[in-house]
Amino acid sequence: MLEIKNLSVHYVTDAITAKAVNDISFSVNKGESMGLVGETGAGKTTTALSIMQLVPDPPGIIVDGEIWFEGKNIIYNTDKENQAMRGNGISMIFQDPMTALNPIMTIGDQLNEILTTHQKISKKQAKKQVIELLEIVGIKEDRYNDFPHQFSGGQKQRVVIAMSLLCKPRLLIADEPTTALDVTIQAQVLEIINSLKAKFNMAIILITHDLGVVAETCNKIAIMYAGQIVEMGTVEDVYLSPKHPYTKGLFDSIPKLDDDTTQLIPIEGQVSNASDLPTGCYFHPRCRFCKDICKTQQPLIKGDAHKFMCHFDVFTKGAIK
Amino acid sequence: MVLIETKRLKKYFPVPSGHLHAVDDINLQINKGETLGIVGESGCGKSTLGRVILRLHEATSGEVLYDGMDINTFNASEMRHMRQIMQIIFQDPYASLNPRMTIGQSISEPLRLHKIYNKKNEIRERVEELMELVGLPKRSYNQYPHEFDGGRRQRVVIARALTINPKFIVCDEPVSALDVSIQAQILNLLMDLQKNMGLTYMFISHDLSVVKHISTNIGVMYLGQMIEKAPKKDIFRNPLHPYTIALLSAIPSINIKEKSKKIILKGEITSPINPKPGCRFAARCPFSIDICRAQIPKLIEVEKDHSVACYRYKEIQNKTLHYNII
Repeated sequence: MLEIKNLSVHYVTDAITAKAVNDISFSVNKGESMGLVGETGAGKTTTALSIMQLVPDPPGIIVDGEIWFEGKNIIYNTDKENQAMRGNGISMIFQDPMTALNPIMTIGDQLNEILTTHQKISKKQAKKQVIELLEIVGIKEDRYNDFPHQFSGGQKQRVVIAMSLLCKPRLLIADEPTTALDVTIQAQVLEIINSLKAKFNMAIILITHDLGVVAETCNKIAIMYAGQIVEMGTVEDVYLSPKHPYTKGLFDSIPKLDDDTTQLIPIEGQVSNASDLPTGCYFHPRCRFCKDICKTQQPLIKGDAHKFMCHFDVFTKGAIK
Repeated sequence: MVLIETKRLKKYFPVPSGHLHAVDDINLQINKGETLGIVGESGCGKSTLGRVILRLHEATSGEVLYDGMDINTFNASEMRHMRQIMQIIFQDPYASLNPRMTIGQSISEPLRLHKIYNKKNEIRERVEELMELVGLPKRSYNQYPHEFDGGRRQRVVIARALTINPKFIVCDEPVSALDVSIQAQILNLLMDLQKNMGLTYMFISHDLSVVKHISTNIGVMYLGQMIEKAPKKDIFRNPLHPYTIALLSAIPSINIKEKSKKIILKGEITSPINPKPGCRFAARCPFSIDICRAQIPKLIEVEKDHSVACYRYKEIQNKTLHYNII
């Protein structure tokens, strides 16, 4: 239902060009949920904004690529077509529930506004639907006329989730939906997203930096580094046999609860600057397995179902130590 | 040897509608060279506890003992001496460095403030030694914080905390603003420093896997109170408080072979302003009985070094009481 082909997004100013997303391709089918994982500045949110057609322009430019949603390349959409697609077709949960809500409108009015903007519906009917959905995410009817500041962080995030689901979108993009929440509340919210996914048969793209959250909610995963997808496959494939040194590095640097290792193995160095990317493989300055070819030539994407972007296959063949 | 001890430590903040019980009757001990991890959700008072122990907030009542001395009775000049011994590392490395000071100036400030060295070249030598210790290149001496990313800024903050040879450091969420690959670098650094310099840490975090990694003992806080305290292995293998059990099960695990079942707690953390009598967790606890809502359970040692504040821990221990997991 969603297919992205060779998408590149750059932020161009007079002084610098930040290459936020570099030639990525992936697809999401109906009912599937894909985790998009990477560190700060890896290009996750820019990818999401491109799908929503919300890349701030200027300075953001989609320099290359196609985004096919339900058989249509939405890059050439007019503003009106975009407006029709957002909400009904694709909708997005933003990271920070505190800033995603209007502080001077009651949540009832805010949710109503969404329905009446995107669908032909009477106000009375809209109210009924809003209350129904709030009930599903666990907010009681008597909170309908409350303002955002009267809700806790977890409740606000649930309002935002209800907001994004009001028009029953076919694709939901959730950008770090639980990062601002405590773990017990995170568990509640993930549970709601999971049950709603089954109920509405939505496709989900879940953006996060938490590999645990992906393991709990997704069936596919793509790992991003410096604007590229360096590894992609089913959650089982990627978690049980990571192929890219960066993916392996990520797993090794997480402290694990069920294992008593004393020393973590961090990835040395820092994330590359998007306006000054290294030559060759973008990961080579931090890679333990770096060889001469990595410094000059960008690796191609290998594999069918389980794709990865590395000159070597360091973890399966044991060719290099 | 016990280095830090608190006795019945309380910190209430006056608010228009009454008192906010941020830290409510905390007794803890930290041995020299060990790390006490403090976990809990936002608003449970863990940061306030760290600050009251350093006397950055004045305690409402109770004692903070450093090596047996009650620091709450110290006067200003005695306290200034204590500040050399006790340091803190804050969560946000972006907010804790002065943007107009170079890295060298920031790290050397405590040396100048406490008049430890007088000669410029001595200060420079000490700063470079510290920069090397935390893994910063010497050429960064004249750089400004904006030229650094979060991980390297946190290294600067750590170096600054170490300049005057402290014995005890409160680490308040030192890695939660950092990406995982950088987080591992900083955790390793903190652990190496502890080993080499015999430091004692109080490590505050909401991330249980991080706390487990670095701590010797772990204390779990809920609404200003310590509800369970044990060596880290016991907390994870044999949690006794219903909140600890739910908290542990709610952590998303990357282990996809054994999917653990989640305990989803109903409701949210209640207000710390004028809390109701009884156990603070009672409103969300599926096992609460009348006494839980009437009287605060005491933190009692039920196994060696393992304390819990719950009336029904015995039933939980014998597994006659357990969560129904779907």
